[in-house]
Amino acid sequence: MITDTPLVQARGLAKSFGDFRAVAGVDFSILPGESFGFLGPNGAGKTSTMKMISSVSTPTSGDLSIFGLNPAAHGPEIRSRLGVVPQDDTLELELTVLDNLMMFGRYFDLPRAVIRERADELLEFAQLSDKRNEAVDKLSGGMKRRLTIARSLINRPELLILDEPTTGLDPQARHLLWERLYRLKSEGVTLIITTHYMDEAEQLCNRLVVMDKGHIVAEGSPRQLIEQHSTREVLELRFGIESHDRWHDALVPFAERVEVLPDRVLLYVHDGDDALRAVHAAGLTPESGLVRRSSLEDVFLSLTGRTLVD
Amino acid sequence: MATAAVRSEPRLGWSPARRSAWYHFEFYRQTWRGSVISNFLFPILYLASMGMGVGHLVNSHAGLVEGHPYLDFVAPGLLAMTTMQVGSGESMWPILGGLKWTKNYHAAVATPLTPDDVLAGKVLFVAARMFFTGVIYLGVMWAFGVLTSWWSLILPFAGVLVGLAFTTPLIAFSSTLESDAPFALVQRFLLTPMFLFSATFYPISQYPAALRPVVQFMPLYHGVELSRSAAFGTGAPLAIAAHVIVLVVLTVAGWWWARRNFRRRLVL
Repeated sequence: MITDTPLVQARGLAKSFGDFRAVAGVDFSILPGESFGFLGPNGAGKTSTMKMISSVSTPTSGDLSIFGLNPAAHGPEIRSRLGVVPQDDTLELELTVLDNLMMFGRYFDLPRAVIRERADELLEFAQLSDKRNEAVDKLSGGMKRRLTIARSLINRPELLILDEPTTGLDPQARHLLWERLYRLKSEGVTLIITTHYMDEAEQLCNRLVVMDKGHIVAEGSPRQLIEQHSTREVLELRFGIESHDRWHDALVPFAERVEVLPDRVLLYVHDGDDALRAVHAAGLTPESGLVRRSSLEDVFLSLTGRTLVD
Repeated sequence: MATAAVRSEPRLGWSPARRSAWYHFEFYRQTWRGSVISNFLFPILYLASMGMGVGHLVNSHAGLVEGHPYLDFVAPGLLAMTTMQVGSGESMWPILGGLKWTKNYHAAVATPLTPDDVLAGKVLFVAARMFFTGVIYLGVMWAFGVLTSWWSLILPFAGVLVGLAFTTPLIAFSSTLESDAPFALVQRFLLTPMFLFSATFYPISQYPAALRPVVQFMPLYHGVELSRSAAFGTGAPLAIAAHVIVLVVLTVAGWWWARRNFRRRLVL
């Protein structure tokens, strides 16, 4: 149920550390029930933005409201209604899975019986019920991540903030996590997700902003962004091991846009197979040609001229 | 214009600082096994070796020390020294752990707790640990038969004050660090010399007059003297007041500095 009154609203929001402007004045609003993404490379200002929304760090300038409240004046009240999954798990490694939840719940002033009941549900949700008495130290990376998410839900948050939820996890662990987050989303929890994985943003976000060097450079749904900033298909050509720069000029006539990467050339085209045939017909002989659909990676490349993950 | 419906979450009604302290107690309750040995055994070992070993030697050569048998004399100083050790131990590695390694303090400030609450909870917890250490010492001293005055009952409180004078400044120092390397230096060049030279094992009158001000500059000296006054119910009121003031000033200044550093480190 998406209503019109924003849960989070930012106007000219900025954060500086000394001379460094981590967030350089951004505007966005997030509606209840939305799943909102911040996409960008490391150092784009995503984490600083998350910390301000989490009402942990104070904005240097600009306006920010969460649940209609000003975090500078109502930090503890806002935080009691938030769930935060930080980039690092910040779990107590020596303690058991269950104790991590029991102890964290007390930070929210919840009575023991309430925490206990919720812990059982959350361990079920995180598929960790059979690990409840194991020390966290012994869990896999994916399990720790799921426990961190379970922990962030102990206060039944209206808004869940996830900073790079699947960075460093193997594909299987990531898919399991996405499935759990999707379930939360369908239960009506508002999600804010930062990621530098395009597939993650495409899977989880209704709407997202692309950040680069502290600025928002584009905003929309994944589909809209791809339509606005890229073509339907992409033809990836590889020409052996020598520099790919020399192929740029020869390939320009075949595509709407050509991007040269160290190991391949990307041709932005409406129909990849057609373009590949045309390239061959012109006597060019790439070692391989791969046709794929455009992704948010291409959007980012088109907006900034750089790839997301270096 | 609040947007979300007002929620009625069940509440315990505890203050944030109390919740933070509870967390530390709970953590300690789950992981105390390593420290129980030092808590109970060290007082016994110290009193046994110092009191009976060294004490026997002292008593048979020099007789009384400042009017007391050696074991009676040395016990309150050992108590002060031990609370210093407990307090400083809690104020070094665990602080860097919460800020940098497990980052539990970062997790805490993402909840309704503030950096001030996290710090207050930690200090409350350390104060309680030092109090229990003092109580255990008192029990061991009683068992060794060295309690001579009812004033001894304030020893655990004196021990907390001594310990806090090290705890809050060291927490403040630890929260400026990125690595634990300086802790070895703190132990080698600060805590160990104080342990050896703060007139814990013999009266300050044993030092040449020129050296006494150096000893009096050491915070532990004031802790040892305060404990001794408490144990025997003796001492000039002015001197006692001076000891208390030194320890309180260190505690308050350390707390102030630590608050500043916690805010910088956790919510910047």
